[in-house]
Amino acid sequence: MSFHIIGTGSCHPEKRITNDQLAEFLDTSDEWISTRTGIKERRVLTNEKVLDLAYEASLAALENAGVGAEELDFIIFTTMLGDFITPSMSCLLSKRLGTVCTRVLDMNMACPGFIYALDVADSMFKAGKAEKGLVVSAEAMSRIVDWTDRSTCVLFGDGAGAAVLAKGDGFKDAIFTVDGGYENLYVPIWDGNSPYAAPAGQKAFLKMNGQEVYIFAVSSIVQQITAILEKNGMTADEPSFYILHQANIRIIESARKKLNQPVDKFPVNLDRYGNTSSATVPMLLDELNRQGRLKKGDKLVLCGFGAGLITGTCILEW
Amino acid sequence: MIVERIIQLLAEQYDMDPSTLSAESSFEDMSFDSLDVAEMVMTLEDEYNVHLEMSSDIKTIGDLAKYIEAQQKK
Repeated sequence: MSFHIIGTGSCHPEKRITNDQLAEFLDTSDEWISTRTGIKERRVLTNEKVLDLAYEASLAALENAGVGAEELDFIIFTTMLGDFITPSMSCLLSKRLGTVCTRVLDMNMACPGFIYALDVADSMFKAGKAEKGLVVSAEAMSRIVDWTDRSTCVLFGDGAGAAVLAKGDGFKDAIFTVDGGYENLYVPIWDGNSPYAAPAGQKAFLKMNGQEVYIFAVSSIVQQITAILEKNGMTADEPSFYILHQANIRIIESARKKLNQPVDKFPVNLDRYGNTSSATVPMLLDELNRQGRLKKGDKLVLCGFGAGLITGTCILEW
Repeated sequence: MIVERIIQLLAEQYDMDPSTLSAESSFEDMSFDSLDVAEMVMTLEDEYNVHLEMSSDIKTIGDLAKYIEAQQKK
């Protein structure tokens, strides 16, 4: 016995930044960003905290599920960088939501984080440790990118997505790959002032080799989706939606063509939010849910890829 | 011939007129950005079953065809 997703929610910051606004201080243009990435605008934190985004997304998911916060047996919070290094974001959210659950856990698995979290949640249900739980992904990429680097800062945005899970049979399978390298995509740590260790002297900004990440993303998505469908005796025609990590429209299009599936099976929100790391998949799932596009019994394939280089792919039945 | 096959693939993938392409056609003239190049590398790797790494020395379709031939001999 695993879980069913019984409610979804999402939240994004108030401040909207268009490509034209970026072109005011970066050597770029709306035409360049739109055609090369599909991104038209993104949301960025101003006065809000990551915890605020996570809280609102979680409240929305709880309401959608008809579940009170006091019913939650666990909270898994995925983020690359919260409002604190410590304490964990999941414990701060637990208090903010007024839950009594003590099984709280932060996970940093970069962009496929939500899918990794669903797999951990599956283990919790299978171990009999939960009747209901919350998985929330909240990211502030605006804090991690170098806003003087036009090749990276235009790609990312801030946001949060959440899902309430209850005992059930919706989660069918998950597969993962881990390469274990950092060269093509990483955010270094800042230096402390230990008198014993030489400072690395790097700024804590995201660095990426776009071409290598693109090749990795497109080939991995196709391989992993093909593998998980085959493993579960399904054809590529059966899933109603492929909910892919929202990094670049060209990655999604390239994978879609290779899988030979129609455009409407590949929903997109990167045009409005950019790449919000682990929040992209639950935000998109919430959009589909709120738009009434998900029917009971629909098979969904979720697939994410990110720093590590890693992938996470799962099959859910709605 | 690899040059002809590259032209055919580019024409199909990018909706280009093959008669406008030749071994001397440069990727810069085709307005290819780094992701277009990455997409092309992936297609050609599958087609020729070789591992390709783009470098700035490979500027034209002819350069690329020669590189693929060299990789095939390995």
